[in-house]
Amino acid sequence: MNAAFLVFFVVGTLAVASSILVISMRNPVHSALFLLLTFLCVAVLFVLKQAEFVAAVQVLVYAGGIMVLFLFVVMLINVRHLPDEKVLSRFWRGGLAVGAAVFILFATVVRTGVYHDASADTKKLATVKEKYLEPHPTDPNKLVRKTREVENRNSEAVGMALYQDYLVPFEVASIFLLVAMIGAIVIGKRELSAVEEEQVPDYMLERVETEKEVKESMSA
Amino acid sequence: MPDTDAYLMLSATLFSIGLIGVIIRRNMITVLMAIELMLNAVNINLVAFAHRFASLEGQVFVVFVITVAAGEAAVGLAIIIQLYRLKNTVNVDEGNTLNG
Repeated sequence: MNAAFLVFFVVGTLAVASSILVISMRNPVHSALFLLLTFLCVAVLFVLKQAEFVAAVQVLVYAGGIMVLFLFVVMLINVRHLPDEKVLSRFWRGGLAVGAAVFILFATVVRTGVYHDASADTKKLATVKEKYLEPHPTDPNKLVRKTREVENRNSEAVGMALYQDYLVPFEVASIFLLVAMIGAIVIGKRELSAVEEEQVPDYMLERVETEKEVKESMSA
Repeated sequence: MPDTDAYLMLSATLFSIGLIGVIIRRNMITVLMAIELMLNAVNINLVAFAHRFASLEGQVFVVFVITVAAGEAAVGLAIIIQLYRLKNTVNVDEGNTLNG
């Protein structure tokens, strides 16, 4: 058993265990912290598959951004004041059954391995072979993988792919983020009723002095 | 190096756990966390196949999936906050106003 497989086994077990804890904890704060652990484990798995850039994005965006958002909302909604009620919905037996059925379905697909090299449908794989495989330098009957930049300079390769081949989807993603941000602000903001506007403290309604006005008052 | 099979099985396990969490939990915040778990399982699949075929497309797609996950989390949490203001609870069962 080599070191990479040992790391995969330990980290994978940790990821599965913490993800089970995510959905079984009563307190959402504990769930969020176990979700953080799961994200970090998945980042380690990405590094094992030589996807360093994606691992870095995973840590920054998921473990950094999304987790802070989750914890912020959990703190905003005071958990202790929620009524003490059942954790599970009334569909919990059906949910477990559906989860088990989906897992069995996936396991069956993985076991048959339609993606293996010994696939019968060679025509379908021909395009893939032309793109990613090349003849062996000495033995023309054998195929080897094309050596690409993916091994040693992953971030550079992903960046080139993002800004050359996938430029339009990249820009669409930025527009999507803008729309999501505006949507979150519009949905999340609270409409003040007339009574509440009366009760707002004065300093919140006061006009903010501009820099020019401050300078004028200073010189006067 | 663990092969693609091991990664696919791990990803299937995480996806099933996330699916179970989405169905059986009543707390809406936990449901959103379970959805994030499912998206992460998909990312593991994409990275495993990107390595298997020595191609970058899978890794580029993971970046887009993470983008969508971030937007979805922001909008979902805003909806949860609004539901909490309206009903004073974050239960999934309470959000049935659109039933008519």
